[in-house]
Amino acid sequence: MLAKQANQSVREMSPIARPEPQIFYHSFPADPLSVRTALRAALARFLRQVSPEEAGTLELVLAEVLNNIVEHGYADSNFGTISLSIVRDRKGLSCSVSDDGVALPDTCLHSGSNTGPSPDHLPEGGFGWFLIRDLAEDLGYHREKGRNLLAFRLPLRE
Amino acid sequence: MNLYAEARDGALVVRLEEERLDAAVAIRFKDQMREIASQPAPRVILDLSCVLFLDSSGLGAIVSVMKSLTPGRKLELAGLTPNVEKVFRLTRMDSVFTIHTDTGAAGLRTKGMRDAG
Repeated sequence: MLAKQANQSVREMSPIARPEPQIFYHSFPADPLSVRTALRAALARFLRQVSPEEAGTLELVLAEVLNNIVEHGYADSNFGTISLSIVRDRKGLSCSVSDDGVALPDTCLHSGSNTGPSPDHLPEGGFGWFLIRDLAEDLGYHREKGRNLLAFRLPLRE
Repeated sequence: MNLYAEARDGALVVRLEEERLDAAVAIRFKDQMREIASQPAPRVILDLSCVLFLDSSGLGAIVSVMKSLTPGRKLELAGLTPNVEKVFRLTRMDSVFTIHTDTGAAGLRTKGMRDAG
């Protein structure tokens, strides 16, 4: 009788809530609709840990990075794979993206003062990497054995 | 691509009923908008109040539509949601477009007002 009661109290006290998973990993085909699905999955995973504005920034930066790989990295082939991983750390969301497409041009990562395309000339492109450089921190790129690895961090307020 | 156009007070109001204007739909949007905007109207107002996400491809498509309008006609925007407004602000393209808070603020009488009058 006593043992039964003890069991019950242990069950009541045991924590029901599981800790939030800290690592997000998703590997997917390099096409625009798969990018949408990946963005939705990443957003769903971190939505409760970020403000609505931070969620918007996360979605925008990831969309620019991933769509750039679809449009330019794999432009000459009909298929390819993208791997995206996101880890929550003390400074924010640490993101890394890898693909087997063509190398990223240097100009994407470094563009002087990063002012972006001039609005007066009514540009239709060139906004993507400007937005990435503007919103992401600690942007780093490495290419090894035909594989691109891009890493960056999105700062969070907390 | 759900685009709905109506003539209102001499303006062509085009409402994009999609949650996303992104790389997956940018070209389709551009082509359909160009076709719709070929109708003669001095003002073309694009209502983006349904759009929750815009990326650089979507922004490029909107700029392209504006450039395709005949001289003297301008593309105006209405109803930018926070994430969409941010893309225009960061790229400074908000300086290029006339942006209204909603189609009511674009100086158009609403249907309700017209009925009441």
